[in-house]
Amino acid sequence: MRELTYRDALNEALHEEMARDRSICLLGEDVGRYGGPFQVTRGLYDRFGEKRVRDTPISEAGFVGLAVGAAMTGLRPVVEILYIDFSTLAMDQIVNQAAKAHYMFGGKARVPLVIRTQGGGGRGNAAQHSQSLESWYVHVPGLIVVQPSTPSDAKGLLKSAIRNDNPVMFIEHKLLYNTTGPVPEGEWIVPLGVADVKREGSHVTIVATSRMVLLALDAAGKLAREGIQAEVIDPRTLKPLDLQTIVRSVIKTGRLVVVSEGHRTGGFTAEVAARVQREAFDWLDAPIIQVATEDVPLPYNGRLELEAIPSVQDVLTAVRDVLYWKQ
Amino acid sequence: MDSTGRASPGRFGTCYEMDRAVNLTRDQMAAMYRCMWLIRYFDESAKRLYQQDKIRGTTHAYIGEEAIAVGACAALNRDDYITSTHRGHGHCLAKGGDPRLMMAELLGKVTGYCKGKGGSMHIADLDLGILGANGIVGGGIAIATGAAFSADLRGSGQVTLCFFGDGASNQGILMEAANMATLWRLPVIYLCEENQYAEFSPCRPFIAVDRIEAKASAFGLAGATVDGNDLLAVYEAVGIAAERARAGGGPTLLVAQTYRIEGHTVGDPLTYRPKGEVDEWKSAARDPISRFGRVLTGEAGFSADELDALRHEAEAKIEEAIAFAMTSSEPEIGALWEDVYA
Repeated sequence: MRELTYRDALNEALHEEMARDRSICLLGEDVGRYGGPFQVTRGLYDRFGEKRVRDTPISEAGFVGLAVGAAMTGLRPVVEILYIDFSTLAMDQIVNQAAKAHYMFGGKARVPLVIRTQGGGGRGNAAQHSQSLESWYVHVPGLIVVQPSTPSDAKGLLKSAIRNDNPVMFIEHKLLYNTTGPVPEGEWIVPLGVADVKREGSHVTIVATSRMVLLALDAAGKLAREGIQAEVIDPRTLKPLDLQTIVRSVIKTGRLVVVSEGHRTGGFTAEVAARVQREAFDWLDAPIIQVATEDVPLPYNGRLELEAIPSVQDVLTAVRDVLYWKQ
Repeated sequence: MDSTGRASPGRFGTCYEMDRAVNLTRDQMAAMYRCMWLIRYFDESAKRLYQQDKIRGTTHAYIGEEAIAVGACAALNRDDYITSTHRGHGHCLAKGGDPRLMMAELLGKVTGYCKGKGGSMHIADLDLGILGANGIVGGGIAIATGAAFSADLRGSGQVTLCFFGDGASNQGILMEAANMATLWRLPVIYLCEENQYAEFSPCRPFIAVDRIEAKASAFGLAGATVDGNDLLAVYEAVGIAAERARAGGGPTLLVAQTYRIEGHTVGDPLTYRPKGEVDEWKSAARDPISRFGRVLTGEAGFSADELDALRHEAEAKIEEAIAFAMTSSEPEIGALWEDVYA
């Protein structure tokens, strides 16, 4: 199969969906003429025109709220928020308006809206451009939260998100745009709410999201050389969570490590741990171990940032701990 | 608009000196008068039902502001959109909302507009273009702008009217939304109901400009101020703005000056304003329904009996709505989990 970058896989999904459905429009800062700050929307402006591919002012609350109104009245907007850190500016529009409209209006309003954004650290962007805020949105009923880790998932999940009638937080990762992988051509759909077993194993389950999937797979490769077979599961959709796939794996392995780039406290790893212990307590042979970003704002300095964010070494240590493995 | 931000003479100039020869049929005028009473009775009933603990949470009365909702919505088409506010019962009724479904919603019944899950602040009827009341002050501003964006992209010719208050004119979202609306010449009318109070304080000390209309010049849109207790003035101003919007002329900021007769919420002790002020605005000289009544019995040639009959029709409709709501069922527990996702 041909290989694409994560960026080009997203771009292909947008091209295909916009060609398929005229009600889809794009909005965001520099998404049009410039092709997107991360070049994800390249070529769309020339192909679909300035009305459907709309460069907006730097007004996150304004254009996200505008997209909510457009979604309620017949369009299917895909909005880009340049950094997930900036989604804080649009919080009312996402949390109070988009997420609630369907329920609080008794099921009559629909908000088929995709908010594409990217998060994560590792590039020295410091405290206001490196956060992983996905668990904030996981907390809000009415939202769907997606985090693709591979080019193939990026394309398939984005197409699903665009076709879904609910507001979707589609959270990319700034360090994944240049990663490559096989991506099916044409109609390639990855369903929302379905986890993917990225590597099979029998000794320990590692649940990881977004770029942490790559770290988990790296760690699993190293562990295999020590005779430890780790199963790596990528939920892909954080909300709704495919708990069944995770629990099935934990029943097989008896051990679970959860890796997320979000902060430790009140984060996604805690959510997975709580739900797995409730469903699979009798099968667990060790306490569930969480690997998450330290509870500090992301620092600029490279050494400090590396220390704050989970590393392959952190995953290896966690797996050895959960296996009571003494070196 | 001139450099002071005031409406320039020209089409909006007529708003200040109302041309009474507004093109309305007798039936339309009768319907508008009846609708004003419908709103008045609805909110007086809501107030009473709240005091009787039949309504939970909170509710906000539109009493005294009826001319704005009725005048504005009469100038719109059925498929035009509105966004409403926490003080939204009047907007919904004026856009054609069913008082039975509204009252049932206030009482939390399954027959209500939102199946009892929205309440007073979240009534929507998408079939009538009512994109929802909103519990967030200014919450409808961006949504309205988006509906106008959608209408523009779809080429549908629909106009969106955004009701918001003088309090909401201080929310930053207004600047962001109005900027985009002007840039893209969106068919949206921002109708600010200047009712002089924002939550539990007078609004004026919190607005840096003398006239809210002056904000229009900053955002680059057309602006005008009208007497919000004069139904025909509102009707004509919105009509002009809607026609302009439909013709691709872009957005308008209209300020309709009125007075919030009731408190912020029902039960507000109103310690922050003089009683004499309220009495003055309640007087027949200023009350919007009395004022429109005088237009009808004057130049429009209605008899006092005809007006009484219209008023009683409205009263009967509200009584019917209350009976409908009272006899409706509560939602089943299973409804809790329904409609979280489409």
